[in-house]
Formats: sequence, structure tokens, C-alpha cells
Amino acid sequence: MNLLILILVPLITAIAVFLMRNKEQVKWTAFAGASIQLILSLFLFKAFNDARAAGNTAQMLFEQQTALFKSWNISLHLGVDGISVAMILLTSFVVVAGVLMSWKVEKMTKEFYFLLILLSMGAYGFFISLDLFVLFFFLEIAVIPKYLLIGIWGSGKKEYSANKLALMLMGGSALVLVGMFGLYFGGGKSFDIIQLSNIHIPVATQKICFPLLFAGFGVFTALFPFHTWTPDGHSSAPTAGSMFLAGISMKLGGYGCLRVATYLMPEGAVEYSNIVIVLSAIAVLYGSFATMMQKDFKYINAYSSVSHCGFVLLGIGMLTKVAITGAVMQMVSHGVMTALFFAVIGIIYERTHTRQIDEMGGLLKVMPFTATILFVIGLCSLGLPGLSGFVAEMTIFMGSWERTDMFHRAITIAATMSIVVTAVYILRAIGQVAMGPIKAEYLHLTDATWNEKLATMILLIGILAIGLAPFWLNNLVSPGAEIIMQKIQLAK
Amino acid sequence: MPNPIYIILILLLPLASFLIMGIFGRNHIKNASGIISTTLLFITACLAFYVAYGYFLEFGKVNGVYQKLIPFKLTWLEFSKGVSIDLGILLDPITAMMLVVVTLISLMVHIYSLGYMKGEERFSTYYAFLGLFTFSMLGLVVASNIFQIYMFWELVGVSSFLLIGFYFEKPSAVAASKKAFIVTRFADLGFLIGILILSFNAGTLDFQTLIQRLTSPESAELKSAVASSFLGISTLSWGMILVFMGGAGKSAMFPLHIWLPDAMEGPTPVSALIHAATMVVAGVFLVARLFPVFAISSPHALEMVGNVGAISALFAAVIACTQTDIKRVLAFSTMSQIGFMMFALGVSKYGGEEGLGYTASMFHLFTHALFKALLFLGAGAVIHYVHSNDMKDMGGLRKVMPITHLTFLIACLAIAGVPPFAGFFSKEEILLAAFHHNKMIYWIALLTSGLTAFYMFRLYFNIFWNKEHHAHGEHHGEGGFVMMMPLVLLAAGAAFAGFIPFGKFVSSDGLPLESEFHLQFSIVPVVLGLTGIFIAMLFYKKQNDKSDKIALALNGFYKATYNKFYFDEIYLFITKKIIFNFIGRPAAWFDKNIVDGMVNAFGNNTLAVSEKIKSFQSGKVQQYAIYFLSGVIGLAVLFIYLWK
Repeated sequence: MNLLILILVPLITAIAVFLMRNKEQVKWTAFAGASIQLILSLFLFKAFNDARAAGNTAQMLFEQQTALFKSWNISLHLGVDGISVAMILLTSFVVVAGVLMSWKVEKMTKEFYFLLILLSMGAYGFFISLDLFVLFFFLEIAVIPKYLLIGIWGSGKKEYSANKLALMLMGGSALVLVGMFGLYFGGGKSFDIIQLSNIHIPVATQKICFPLLFAGFGVFTALFPFHTWTPDGHSSAPTAGSMFLAGISMKLGGYGCLRVATYLMPEGAVEYSNIVIVLSAIAVLYGSFATMMQKDFKYINAYSSVSHCGFVLLGIGMLTKVAITGAVMQMVSHGVMTALFFAVIGIIYERTHTRQIDEMGGLLKVMPFTATILFVIGLCSLGLPGLSGFVAEMTIFMGSWERTDMFHRAITIAATMSIVVTAVYILRAIGQVAMGPIKAEYLHLTDATWNEKLATMILLIGILAIGLAPFWLNNLVSPGAEIIMQKIQLAK
Repeated sequence: MPNPIYIILILLLPLASFLIMGIFGRNHIKNASGIISTTLLFITACLAFYVAYGYFLEFGKVNGVYQKLIPFKLTWLEFSKGVSIDLGILLDPITAMMLVVVTLISLMVHIYSLGYMKGEERFSTYYAFLGLFTFSMLGLVVASNIFQIYMFWELVGVSSFLLIGFYFEKPSAVAASKKAFIVTRFADLGFLIGILILSFNAGTLDFQTLIQRLTSPESAELKSAVASSFLGISTLSWGMILVFMGGAGKSAMFPLHIWLPDAMEGPTPVSALIHAATMVVAGVFLVARLFPVFAISSPHALEMVGNVGAISALFAAVIACTQTDIKRVLAFSTMSQIGFMMFALGVSKYGGEEGLGYTASMFHLFTHALFKALLFLGAGAVIHYVHSNDMKDMGGLRKVMPITHLTFLIACLAIAGVPPFAGFFSKEEILLAAFHHNKMIYWIALLTSGLTAFYMFRLYFNIFWNKEHHAHGEHHGEGGFVMMMPLVLLAAGAAFAGFIPFGKFVSSDGLPLESEFHLQFSIVPVVLGLTGIFIAMLFYKKQNDKSDKIALALNGFYKATYNKFYFDEIYLFITKKIIFNFIGRPAAWFDKNIVDGMVNAFGNNTLAVSEKIKSFQSGKVQQYAIYFLSGVIGLAVLFIYLWK
């Protein structure tokens, strides 16, 4: 399979969207493009598994390389391993759902869809790039549209949020850029991930570049204390914007922390792992305690994302194969889950015109479908077996427990405590919104429309596919984690 | 070997019921949903009986020992070599027994609900949840892997949450459902960490391997797990205690019991199924499942099981004497009886005669399920009739509800331990086991069984005797055939189940255990029980003020007991006042003002600085040239001296 097609399809779709004349055409074009991409990514998944089953044990599959700037050793180097395939699957699910959830966008519809598709192209490009420069390029493509999406189509204090988000993410990108050049000059004048992984980057360089790259990507994935763009950004963004932001953008960071920072600089990772896990454990607990006090529904999910993404970084920082596998699973799981959560919040908000949970109540009575999905997604968030969150979190716990010293044990136990706090805030939110007596002004509300139902169903399939049969994801991801671990073992 | 398909079907049929009712119930088959679910459950129960019969009487025994069979296993999530979550079926005596108990009670509740929940708007949803619960509970009892049991453990928790909050428009039901879930979740945290400890030390998640590695004296895993310790307690004991914490939460043991009384907000048949007969004994089942490890390798943890059980038994019995909500009386009585099962395990040893406590505990679990489900369903019929939970609104109902009255009486006699009803036999065995191994617990148990007889008959007399019943308005009688049939069947069980030679089938080591009947030993408990009944009769059979006088005399103690020793208030204080105010609120404040404040300050400062330095962009080329030149020089210095 030629990986270039994964970039071309969104690109063509974006151009096609721009050429369409009316809103209906725009929407259907975007939907068609996103669906084709979904099918392609499923096909990629199958092709990848087939190749592996056929005995192809190369680290990266479907590799291709075209030189771009010879003098700088920059090339369009594409290739995927199991981790990238998992992330691509996640992206394609979220994009289709996001497109469907934007069906009612009236203001500048064409531009809106153009930016959505452009953003998705950035994400796809990011996940298949094996050249740091190109990877960075795609990272930026995935950031800039968000500024506009929030600033133009957002709600509430959208200018403030858009600025804050763009500046913080740009700041993160700047750190990534500096770290990248450090790697380039410190490690043999190459941006190529595979090449860099084969040479030994000097430990001194690693000690400088690891924190830069990890923190830079960490900003994207809400690393404490750089998480504050999340609550405001999520809450001001339009529904699809929030879904993309939490479902895809935050995962760019996690993927970068793993693929670039940890994989290329194992000594750095070992050196700083204690700091990483302390910060991520703080994010896990502190995020969940902060969620407990929120009243705005989107803030609840935003803070809970901080907590859940803390698990991603915790898994990476633990530096065991199982924990890293769990971290990737958590990225996929949280991506689908949080996108669905934001979709449900969007559905409710569109009808109640409020996001204050104490102003709602009893919606189960008038919106049984939406409220049922809300229950499912809440239970997924608090880690109910059979849904995706459980699988990922338990894998991280199992992996973390392999670190036997007192420090790692204490951190692991602290992190497990979040399962109780999560239950508290999720049940509080669900109890307020879906249960209890219903207000008279909500009695006429109608349930989800076809596009909303379809969007939630697509994401629900993802959650159930991981939650009920996690072995496929595990088999996909763990060989990739194994390769990363081999380098870390050497570094230890 | 049994055909695994049957056992898988036992699980899948309730799941199918859940899915069918959940997806199609509301719109398509609303009125038929009860019948369809009940039919599916009936098939499930038949299969369960068939499997249990086959296990106990045909293929289960090899050379006189009941085997642990694994007819089915599927690797679900593999962490590393040998450590994986499997979905499997472990068939041994307690599994076979639980299959029967769960499907039987569930079937009874399904049938009963056909009448009790008739006309309910969310009728099909109700049956969907019942199906989900039954599936989860069955998954729990067949689990062959410690993580599998944890998964189904969480699922029963959620089903319980959904069913307690079934009347979701009632704020009290919402609060109760949240409370039940969060308290048990807290306990499950212990369970989870316990699993992490055990699985790490044993190097497996599989029950059989785990038990084998942690009990055989020469195994390296056991040696290392016992050798390492934390705070003076061995790692293994930590693991077992934490696992037991999960069990204590689910089984509403002191001090994690606070959710159970509130859980009575759910529909009464649900209380019968989940909060009396099946889910709440999951903790007992868990301890029984890991019993060899407790008994052989971790006696300290087992001692703790015994003590917690004994305290809960007495504590709950005292509270039950003062409650006036009949479902709450039953809830505390459940807690007390589970305490019996727990300490019976706690005083038991592994194998042979010494393992009597284990057999007794399982026996009591079995009989208790029958008579407690009966009590709840009877209470449901009463509540259905008088539209109130409070015993002050009841009285003299024996004349209008003859079948309910009679079956309720049988259940009360059974739980009070009056021969020859079922509870008598199981309780005698428990007392006997306690007598031999732990005198302190024996005396507590004796006192508790006296109290049990008293409060159960206080309940009985208050409902069916006491003041005369004045029929006002129109009443629909006792409820139809569908509500009475389960009562009669369960009453038959409560009356005769005691004659099952239980030790022959279920024992700690799989070998048949001959339990003898000691007449002289039984005299004391039976006399105590009868005394309790007599006192209750004196106080409550006819309307009088004797009980009020006693309550007045015991003023402070009575009040404390009536308020359940203020445990709810203590917990509320800890959660609301301490956790919310001292952790949650500061965390949110810190985030908003400090972390975010810093980001904003950073932004504002940048603005201010740029305001200052914007004069640099003056448009004068000469000035730019100077900046440019100094920049070049600066960079040159940097490169020459720093970059080498």
C-alpha cells in the first residue's frame, strides 16, 4: 500500500470542498472524503496485519523515501509500524464522526469543513512521517486550523481561548523545533528517525534535547503544568473542534513523546523518567480532583482529559513494554472516548443551550438515546470492563507494577486512586445531567438526529472493538513497544 | 467433561436478554419483554441445573475428589508470557453451586417482576438490566482468572448502580445509586492493587496456577512473597488483605457497609436479587475462591476476614433491631448474615474436618439466598399492598395476605435458626466451627443469632399482627399468581433445603465432609433463638407501649443505633468536608489562579514588553543596521566560543 495516498485523499478532499458551490455539496464531499479515508485506514490495518502474518518483520512497513532537500538531508520518508497504524485508525474514526457532528454549521460552512479536513491531513501526515522535518511540518498543519476553528466558530470567550491555545501549542512546537535541530546537529546531520535510531546520539545531547522534545510534545498532550490550554480551548471550540482537539491533537503529542523523544533518546528517557512520571501522576490525580469541582460540562471532560492523558505519559515514563503498550492503547481509547464524549455534550448543548450541569436534569426521559450514550461513555471513562478505558488503564497498571522499587510502586498506587475519583466526578455529572427530575422547559427536547446518531455509533464501535476484544490492538501495538523497549534496555 | 457450550450458553442467554431488551425493548416488544426475558432465564436456569447436576453426580468426581475443571478458556489480553487476562470457565463445587443459586433466584425475580413491575413505563429497560446483572454475576462465578473476576465484579457493580437508580427521577434513588457505586469502587481499588501484588508475585493471573504457586511450600513464588514485607506485614498478606477489601466492599462488611441500606431505593425484586441473595455474597465467594491461599499461606489475612465478619454480624444485628423501614431491616439483616458467612470462612482451616467452616459458610450462603430472597419478595408484596416501606403503616396484614404471611413466617423461622428450617442447619454448622476454633467469635455469633431472631420477629409481628388492619379504599389483594408462585417455591426451599447433605458436595479440599448433628450443641442457640422470638412477641404481637418504654430507657444508645451509629455522617464529613473542600476545591483553585494565572501573566508580560520594545521598529534603516550588526557579532561570538 502506498502511504502517500493517506495524505493525498484529505488534500484532494480539502480542495474539492473549496470548489463546491453550496453547503449541501460541501458537507457531502467532506463526508465522502472522510469515509474514503476511514475505509483506507481499515484497509491499511488489514494490509499491515497480512504483511506481518506473511512474515514481514521489518520495523516499518510500506516504507518509501523521496529526497526533498538533499543538502539538509530532508526527505519525504514514510512508513508505519503498529503504533502508527493504531493512531491512523483512531484519526479516521474521529474525523468521520467530527464531520457528521458539524452538519448544522451554518456560518462559513465551506471554510469550516476545509479547515477540518486540512487538520486531519496534518494528523495523518504526522503519523506516517519518518522524517522529523516533515513530521514537524505536519504538526504545524494540525495546529494552525485550530486557531481559526475556535476563533471563528467557537463560543464563549473564544478569542482568549484561541489565542491561548495557539500560543501554547506554538510554544510547544518551538521547543520541538529546537530539540529537533539539537538532534540534527548532535546526531549526524540527519532528520531521519530510522537513521537517528541506529546511531548513538551523544548522551550530552540527549540530556538537553530530551526535555525539550518531551516537554514540547507534552504541551500537546496536556503535560502538567502546560495543560491549561485544554479546558479553555475545549470549552470554546465548536463540537467538532473539541473532538479533533482532544481526540487527535492531544495524541500527536503522546505519539511524539514516544516516537521521537523516548525512542530516539533512550538515555535521556531513562535519565528523566522520574520527573516524567511524577508530573504525569500529578496530572492524573490533580486533573481528576480538579474535574470534581467543575460545573461546565465541557470543562469536566477537558479536565478529565488532562487526567486520562496523564496516563499516557505515565505509561511512557514507566519504561516497560507493557506500560508503553498501555500508553498507546490509552491514546487510542481516550481519543475515541473523548471524541464521543464531546459529541454527546455537543448534542445536549445544542438543545439545552447551556453547559452548566446543575441547570440540566432528567434528560434520560426526553433524550433516551443520547443519555444512554452518555451513560456508556461515562462508564468508559471510569474504566468499566467491556469498554476501551478499562483495557488501557489496566495495561498501564500492570506494566507500571513491573517496576518494583518503592518510588514506582508509590506512584502507581497513587495513579490507581484516580479510578475512584473518576467514578465520583463521572457519576456526579451523569447524575446531574441525565438523572433526577426533569425541568419543564426541557420536556419538549428531541433526541439525536440521524447524523448525530451515526457519528456516535461510529465512535461507539471503536470503543466496543477495543473494550470487548482488546487482543487485536495489543497485537498491533506491542511489537512496536517492544522495539522501543529494546533501545531502552540497552540504555539502562 | 461437560460440553462447554452449555456453560457458555448459561452466560450468553442473559446477555442476549440484555441486548434484545436494551435495543428493541423500548419501541418494539415492550409488553412482551418480560415474557421473553423470563423464558430466556428459564432456559438458563435449566441449563445451570443440568450442569450442576452433572458436575455433582456424574463427571465432577474423580477418585472421590471433586475436580476443578476448565472446560473453556480464551486468551483475552496477554501482557507478557504467562501473564494474561483469560476469559475462561472454572467449574468446581462452589461454581456449580453458585450457578444454581444465581439462576434460580434470578428466575424467581424475573417471574415475580412480571407482576410487580407491571405497568412500569421502562418495563423493558428493567428486564434489560436484570439480564445484564445475571450475565455479570454468572461471569463472576465461573471466572477462571483473577482479572476476569475483577471485570465481572465491576460489571455487577454497574448493574447494581443502574438498578438502584432505576427510578432515576427520584433524587434519593440517584444519590443512593451513586453512593453504592462509589463506595464499592473505593473497595475495588484495594482489590485492584491486591491483584497487582498477587499477580506480580505469582507471575500469573490464572486462578489455579496462582493458588498452586502460592500454596505449595516449595514454590519460589511463595517464598519470595512471604519473605518480602512492608510495614511488618508480608507482601502476600498485603495482597490478600487488599483483595479482601474488595470483597468487604461488595459484601457490605463493616466499615464499608454504608451503601447497602441506601441501595434499598431500587425496586424491591432487585433488592431481593442483588442486595440480598447474589451480588452481596460475591465477597464471600471471592474469599472462598482464594481460600487455599488464605488458609495455608496467609493466616493473618484470614484472621482479619474472621474478625471483620464477626464485627459486621453483630453491628448490623444491633442496628436492625431499631429500624422501622422494613427493607432496611432486611438490608441490615443481610449484612449480619453475610458477616456469619465471612467469619465462618475466617475460623476455618484448609482440608478435612478442620475445613468445616468453609462448608458451613457455603451452606449458609446457599440457604440464606433462598430465605432472604423470599423475605424481600414477601416484603415487596407487602409494600405493593400498603404503598409504604414503614412498618408503622402496617399491621394485621395476615388476614388479607395469607400466602405472603405464611411464606414470610417460614423465612423468619429459617433465618432465626428454628429447626427444622434451612437456616437452622447452616447456622449450626457455623456455630460449631466457630466453637472449635475461636471462642470469642463463637460468643459474638451466639449473641447475634439471638438478636436475629428478635429483630426478624419484630418485623414479622409488626407487619402481620400488632394493630388491626383497616382496609381502606380498593386494594388489589396480594398480587397475582406470578407474584405468589416464587414465594411458594422459595418457601419450600427455605423449609427443606437444610436437609441437603451439603458437606458431601462442597468442602475446602473437594473431599466429602461428613457433618454430624450434635443435639446437645444445638440446644443453646435454639433456646436463645426462641427467647428472641418470645420477646419480640411480647413487645410487638399486640399494640402496646412496652417497646417505646425500652427505647426511652435506652435513650442515647437507641438513638445512636437508630441513626446507624452515625456512620453515614462520618463518611459524609470525610468526603464533603475534607476531600471536596481540602483537595478538590484547592486543586481547581490552584489550576485556575496559579497555573493558569502564570500563563496569563506570561501573555500579559509579553504584551507589555512588546509595548516597550515596539519603538525598536522605528523604520529608520540606520537603527536596523546597528541591530543587525550587533546580532551578527553576538552570533559569531556564540558560535566561536560556545559551540565548539
